[in-house]
Order: sequence, then C-alpha cells, then structure tokens
Amino acid sequence: MRKLLLLGLTLCSGLVFAARLFYLQIYDSSFQKLSENNAIKMVYDYPERGYIFDRNGELMVANQPAYDIMVIPRNVKDLDTLAFITDMGITKEEFDRKLKKAWAYSPRIPSPFMPQLTKEEFAALQEKMYQYKGFFIQKRSLRDYQVDHSANVLGFIGEVNEAIMNRNPYYRLGDYIGMTGVEKQYEDILRGVKGVKYIQKDRFNRDIGPYKDGIFDTIPVSGRDIVLTLDAELQAYGQLLMQNKRGGIVAIEPKTGEILSLITAPSYDPDYLVGRKRSKNYTGLYNDSIAKPLFDRVLEGQYAPGSPFKALTSLIGMQEGVVTAEERISCSGAYYYGGRKPLGCHAHRSPLDMVGGIANSCNTYFCTIYRRTIEKYDSPQEGIDAWHDHLESFGLGNYMGYDLPSGRKGYIPDSGFYNRSYNYPKYRWYATATISNAIGQGEVTMTPMQMAHTAAVIANKGWFYRPHIIKQIKGVDTLPQKYTEKHYTTIDPEHFEPVIEGMFDVYNEGTAKFIQVPGIEICGKTGTAENFMRIDGEVVQLTDHSIFVAFAPKDDPKIALAVFVENGYWGSRWAGRIAGLMIEKYLRGEISRKDMEDFVINGSLEEEYAKPFSGEPFIINQ
Amino acid sequence: MQRNSTLQNIDWITVILYLLLVGMGWMNIYSASLSDSAVSFTDLGNIYAKQLFFIGLSLVLIVFILAVEAKFYERFSSVIYLLALASLLGLFVFGKDINGAKSWYSFGAFGLQPSEFAKAATALALSKYLSDIQTNVRLFNHQLKAFLIIILPALFIIPQPDPGSALIFTALIFPLYREGLSFIYLLLGFIVAFLFVATLLIGAYWVAAGVAAIAVVLWIKNRKKRRNLGKYVIITGACVAFAFSVSYIFNNVFEQRHRDRFNIVLGKEVDTRGIGYNTNQSEIAIGSGGFWGKGWTKGTQTKGNFVPEQHTDYIFSTVGEEWGFLGSIIVVILFLWLIIRLLILAERQKQQFARVYGYSVAAILFFHFFVNIGMVTGLFPTVGIPLPFFSYGGSALWGFTILLFIFVKLDSSNFINR
Repeated sequence: MRKLLLLGLTLCSGLVFAARLFYLQIYDSSFQKLSENNAIKMVYDYPERGYIFDRNGELMVANQPAYDIMVIPRNVKDLDTLAFITDMGITKEEFDRKLKKAWAYSPRIPSPFMPQLTKEEFAALQEKMYQYKGFFIQKRSLRDYQVDHSANVLGFIGEVNEAIMNRNPYYRLGDYIGMTGVEKQYEDILRGVKGVKYIQKDRFNRDIGPYKDGIFDTIPVSGRDIVLTLDAELQAYGQLLMQNKRGGIVAIEPKTGEILSLITAPSYDPDYLVGRKRSKNYTGLYNDSIAKPLFDRVLEGQYAPGSPFKALTSLIGMQEGVVTAEERISCSGAYYYGGRKPLGCHAHRSPLDMVGGIANSCNTYFCTIYRRTIEKYDSPQEGIDAWHDHLESFGLGNYMGYDLPSGRKGYIPDSGFYNRSYNYPKYRWYATATISNAIGQGEVTMTPMQMAHTAAVIANKGWFYRPHIIKQIKGVDTLPQKYTEKHYTTIDPEHFEPVIEGMFDVYNEGTAKFIQVPGIEICGKTGTAENFMRIDGEVVQLTDHSIFVAFAPKDDPKIALAVFVENGYWGSRWAGRIAGLMIEKYLRGEISRKDMEDFVINGSLEEEYAKPFSGEPFIINQ
Repeated sequence: MQRNSTLQNIDWITVILYLLLVGMGWMNIYSASLSDSAVSFTDLGNIYAKQLFFIGLSLVLIVFILAVEAKFYERFSSVIYLLALASLLGLFVFGKDINGAKSWYSFGAFGLQPSEFAKAATALALSKYLSDIQTNVRLFNHQLKAFLIIILPALFIIPQPDPGSALIFTALIFPLYREGLSFIYLLLGFIVAFLFVATLLIGAYWVAAGVAAIAVVLWIKNRKKRRNLGKYVIITGACVAFAFSVSYIFNNVFEQRHRDRFNIVLGKEVDTRGIGYNTNQSEIAIGSGGFWGKGWTKGTQTKGNFVPEQHTDYIFSTVGEEWGFLGSIIVVILFLWLIIRLLILAERQKQQFARVYGYSVAAILFFHFFVNIGMVTGLFPTVGIPLPFFSYGGSALWGFTILLFIFVKLDSSNFINR
C-alpha cells in the first residue's frame, strides 16, 4: 500500500493534465481565435512629471512637450530611404547606424530613432509620417527650466540605459529617469507611475479595441510637485557673484537645517542639457577637465578648512577643560614645539584671550590649546580619539545625510590613521606630529557643505537638524523623520558664547573689518588654505584658497553660510565679501554696499586659473 | 555472466528518457529564444547557445558521477549536505542581488544557484539518516530529526526570497511515508493546506469559528468518550493558531506580488493590475496549438514574446503551442514514464539507502512536474519553479542531472555488489 501512493498521485496528475490540455487545445476553440487576434500592443500613458518650486513658491522647473520618432524595425517596409533621410535631416550613415541599433535592441519593441524633436520639427514631419511604415511619433514630456541657475541642485533627466533597465524592470527603452540632483533623489515622487493599455490587434495589424475589455489596463498615477528649500533669488544672485571665479557657496537656515543656497561655480544653464543638443553639450561639459563644470565643488570638493576650523579647536578645548575663555596666551610671532621648524603666525597684539585669539586668528593660541587637549590624555591615541569623537558629533568626517545623491565624507583622522601612518608601535607619535589639525591644515578635510553646516551648529549653540533640500512634497504632510530629528553635539551650550563673540569681533576689529555690512551683526571667520598641484610631475604651490564661514544676525541667526573661492588668496578678499553680500541679499533683499558688489561681480580670477597651464613660471599669492 | 562494468549495468531506459527530455527541452528553448539575428551556436550571447553549452557540461558531469564509486555518495552524504547548507548561508553575504532576490553566486557572465544543488544534497542526507540501522521512522524523536534535515535548507531558501524552491522540499515527505511514517502526517499536511487556502479565502476569524464549531459538534457526537476533552481543545487551538499565523505571514511576510498570485487563483480579487497576464497569455499560447500544433519555430505567440519567462518557467507553453496536444501529451507521458521508472527502480533496490534516495528523486521530479505544468496550464498559482530538464538555466539543469545520475549510479552498483 505504501508503495502505491506516489505512483497513484503521478498517474492521477497525468490524467488531470491530459484533461486540461484537451480542454485548452481541442475542446475550447476560443483560445485559437484569441491567438489569431493576439498581437497585443502595449500603449504607455506617461504621466506628467512633477514640477519643482523654490521655498517662496517660485516655479523653477516645469515641462514642455517633446516628440520622439520611434521605430519598430521589423515593420519597416518599402522605405524611400532618400526621402526619409532628407525629411529627418540626417545622413545615410546615421540612418544605418540608428536602425542597426534599434534592431539590436529588439525587432518588435519600439525603440527611439530620433528623440526629442521640437514642436516646429514635429509639425513639419507629422503629415509625412504616414508614408514611412514602421516609424511613428511618440509624445513625451521634457523639462522646461524657468531659471538659468541651480543646475547642480536640480540635476537632469536622461534616457535609461541597459544597466538601469536590468536593475529596475519598470523602465523600458526610451523612458526617462532622473540622473543627478533632485531629479534623481526624488525620482519616484516626481515621476509618478505610467499607465499601460493593452490594445488588441488583428492579423492585419489593425487596432480592434482593448484586450479583454481592458481588465489588465492600468491608469497612470501623476507625479507629485515638490517644493525645495532653495531661495531662487539668492541662488541667482550667488551665481552672479561667482562669475569668472571657481568655488562655491552653501547657505543653511540654522533653525531648520534647510539649505537656502547651494552654488558651485563654474556651472551651466540647466536648459543646456535639454533636447537634442543634450548629448553634444554634455560631452562638452564632461570633457572640460580644467574648469570641471560637472564637479559639484560644494558637495564633492574636499578641502583643508583652514582657519574657520579654529572655532572647533576652541570649543573642544573648553569642553575638555584645558582652557577657559579668559586665559591669555602669549604669541611671539610663531609657535615653537619640539625643536622643529616653528609654525609661523602673523603680527598682532599679544597676549590674547579666546575672543581675541579668534578675531586675530592667532596660530600660536590654537596650537597651544590643541596640544593641551591631546596631551590631557595618557596617550596621544586616546587624545586624538576624544578629539575625533567631538567632531563626529558635529557630523563631520562622514556623509551629512542630506537628500542629494552626490557628496564626499571629508576626513577627520583618528588614532588608527596615525598608528598606520607612523607604523605604530614600532615608531611612536605624539600630539605635536598632528599639530596642523589645530588650524585646519593637517589631515583634516571638509566639504564646503560641512563648513556651512559647522557655522549653523555654532549659530545654534550646539544642536542641528540635518541639512536638507526638500521643503514639502505636495500632497504629503510630513518630511522624512531624518530631517525633523534634532541632533546635539558633545559641546555644552555655554562654550559657544566666547566663540561667537570672537567671530563677531572678526568683523569689528579683526581680519574682516573692512568688509562690514552696516546694520547687520555678522559673525564670521576668514580662512586661507594652502593648496598644491602637480605640474609635469612636480608639486607646485598655487595661490591660497579664499574661505569664509559666517552666520547672521548674531542674536537670532537666520542664515549660516560658507563661501569658498579657489585660489582667491585672503579669506576676506573674495569669500568674505561674497558672504557679506549674500547675507545682506537674504536678510534685506537689497544691497547697500554697491562698491563691494561691483568689486565682486567685475572681478575675475581667470588669469589666476590660467597660470599653472601657461607653461611659464608664475608668482602666487599676489 | 559477470556484469561488472557500470556501462553494462546502468538503466538505459532512464538515461534515454533523460536525453529525450533534455533534447526536446533544448529544441523548445531554441524556438522560444530565436531572434531575427543570424543563428549562431557559438555566440554565448544567445540563450539557446548557452543552454547547449550547459547541456555539454551536464554530459561531462554525468561521466564524473558515474566514475565515482557508489559507496562515496553514501559515506560522504553528511559532508555534501553540510556543504550545501554552507553555500546557502553564504548567499546572504556573497549573493548577487538580482531584482531584490539574493539567490545567485555570480562568476562573471555565469551564475550558480545553490538551491538547485541543495535538493540532491538533502535527498542524500535524508537517505543516509533513514537507512541508518538505528533509525526508526515510527519514533517521534527520529521523525523530528528527519524533518529537521528537510526543513533546514528550505528555511535558508525562503528569505532569499525564493518560496518556490523552498516548497519543493516538502516532496521529501513521500520517501518518509514510504519508509513507514504514519499516514497521519500526510493527513496533517492536507489539513494544513486546506486551512491555509480557507484562511486566505474567508479570513482567519471565520476559519477559527468554523474549526471551533466542528470541534463542538464532534465532541457532542462522541459524548461517550468525554475523557478526550483535552485533545479536542489542543487540536482546535492548534488549528486556530495556525489560521492566524497564516494570516499574519500572508499579510506581513509575503510580498505583494506573492499575495496577488494567490488571490488571483483563489478568484478573490478582480485582476486589474496585469498580474494574471502571465497565466492568461500562457493559456492562450497552449490553447492556440490545437491538436497538431503550429510546428516547430512557427508559434506566433512564442515569436511575439507574449508569454513572459517563456524560455524558463513557462517553457511548456511553447511546447503546447508549437507541438500541439499531441506533443504536449507525449512530453507529459515521458515525464510520467521517467517518474514511474524511478519508482520501480527504487523498489528493486537491495539497500535501503538507494531505495530512499531513488524515492526522493522521483518525489522531487514529480513535485516539479506537477507544480510547473499546473501553473503553466492555469490550474495553480504562479510559483516560480522550473520544469526539470526543459527550462533554460545551467544551475537547474545541473542540479537535476546530478540528482538523477547519482541514483543511476547507485542502481547500477546493485548488480555488482550482489
């Protein structure tokens, strides 16, 4: 009996299948009829992509209709090739290449032959299309940019490639997807879901109505509009200020973490990458390996932060209890340590307390308190790690968690890094080996985004929201929890007071005295970062980068920002001026210091940038 | 006459059935994947060329399997089983992510799917355990161990997620039953399946109410044996708990696409989202074949790529369309013949190890055949498992080849060790 169960089941299943096959293949002839009619065409219904607005409701990105000429290679018959290529305005070689590519993708599935015709081109071709069997026109929607800036934030959409289609079967050849920026980050929200209609065709390829009365059809879901935290006017102004310079500006609203402005220079008009000119223009941008317009300097550039980092050195020193705001530390024009070459400082009065130290950017002051911080611990390893942990609580040395798809981590070294570098424990290392960290010039690197974020944290006296670009998704009430969660640093709020006073004095009597904006209490810190380039295998020093971080107004900060100008020399010369102008523009909407505005807008650093490529010897830091 | 060569002793009927099925499978894959570009058997970009390559490697595998001494498979079954488990666990770390499923190891252009090989390994381990002289299937303790051997690989496969492949391991309950497992377990299996379907159809609360009502009625009827009260309560409780856990798993563990498939076959949800499209197109393709079929490589449905996955799980739809009722029935008969032949061979084994293993092979092949053809002809929900020897894919083909030919080898040594 036990032997027979499986045998019985096997025979039964055979009988059941035979009966089922008999029913399907012989008894019920409706399937045969269905099959004759069963050329089912899938027609996609693309919803309109969501619009993008700035924080004040100004429309930044809308849509415009575009027309793709599609081809089903197998259906191309009796083509008058000469007439066709004349109408299309392409050469015979191009025609052959495009058709071959379409064959390679699929003989039966439509693929784009000539994408993105303008309305005028479409009008001219429309009435002739009936002559060309196998070709048809598909309407799509393209982006229509209302602004000529913010390309780095908005990103662009492009046709999907094979890798994307394999990863996500939603996309088919010819579909568009956000490739960079907000378009990529919020692709699912902006895109919506395309609908599909199954259309039954007969043997003569004529439509005979919806397949199975449309029970498999789906309705498109339209994309949602989104509102960004950007201030479009501020963006446009910042872009104007940055013309003929390289670098970037990041502005954040400290109370919310909203990114008000995110500018990288040089940039390009987003409209430059729309339509048929796109591939040519993109190649142009891509191949510009000197100015690098596609490189987002504020998110992807990692630089030594320079003097603004001194504010962090102060905060950590106070939190660790190795210095008080009142203690005066004297400077003899340089910092001497361990018999090495001294670390130079510049002329200023001495001795200085913390407020004076920050205002005058005294290297000796910060090296002293940095060394005390590290040496407070029994080993330099523990010291560095304690220092590292404080900086980590600011979110430094890691991705910021903002909602844009590009970025770098920056770098905050820990004991492991120095142990590896010095081959510990074979060779020992001490606080002095890492002394450049005190003034933001050592192994520490930060992105301009992180510098602006640091300014925002100081403005808030120790807490922050993660920076983000999304203000609202239309029809959705809440933002991701990630951006509504308050984070606290390891520094107690009272320690921020002297640092803020010091940054305020930078404007009153310190390094930024001559770029004051009347009536606005700005706290800032200049930075001048050394940088090098390899020319013909030789490392050459270039003119310092000009850096400025600031927030304002002092008592109720509404904007915190970092400005960074490549090879701009003194922090106050370019970056400081731009920061002052941006703050005034944002807080007041108009500019009182026209002299400063003219200097920045008309100033150009192109000459400076050409120096390393001239082949001639050149002088830096003029 | 002394028969001591493997070649003389192997069961040629099985081998010929295998070759026929693999050959017919390839012909259909060729037809289903034929594109308009030039036919090339050497360009491995073509699916049919790739499958030809897989078949070639299978023949090499067969030579190796037959060359190894039969005792090897018995002695090393535990090692093979542990290796298979390790390879399944390794997927969680090294697996390649394809459409959200981590079922593959990737080696350049080729991938290996360890769940296909785990079937043979599990069958070996189960046979080894059951044939142990100390094992008695009637003891609960030993039953538990046997179940553990079967369930462990399935548990590793489910979260990949690949519920189809995991389901196949339930086939191994048949060899257990053959070796003396109580019929109660099979009955239990059917009750579980019934409760499962009922829960999805009418909801856990109604099932709970129904079970409770039946229990009360039975209890009142069997009033005279009131001492059974505890048993009633336990069984009723277990059924209710099962119904609720099914409902929980269905709603929280399954993905929407799995839920949709069940709901469509149960006729519960109107199919508005194109999910039933596969099955529908597959039925049209098979139905349009008629009695004689449209002829090899002449299928319009196949050419039109209307059936998704038609060279893998849905390959039988191509058979139905191009070879018609006649060809389909022949394929069904070949499968039945192979399974029945395996059952006969299993019964004539002298050693329990070989008998259990043979039974396992037959059960696994039966399950694949049953679920796959059921799915393609629209009788069952869409469960993604291949049709043995037919469906495209190296791992599946090699997995089945190994499974089958280990038994061919065991069977052939039956004569030698007389």
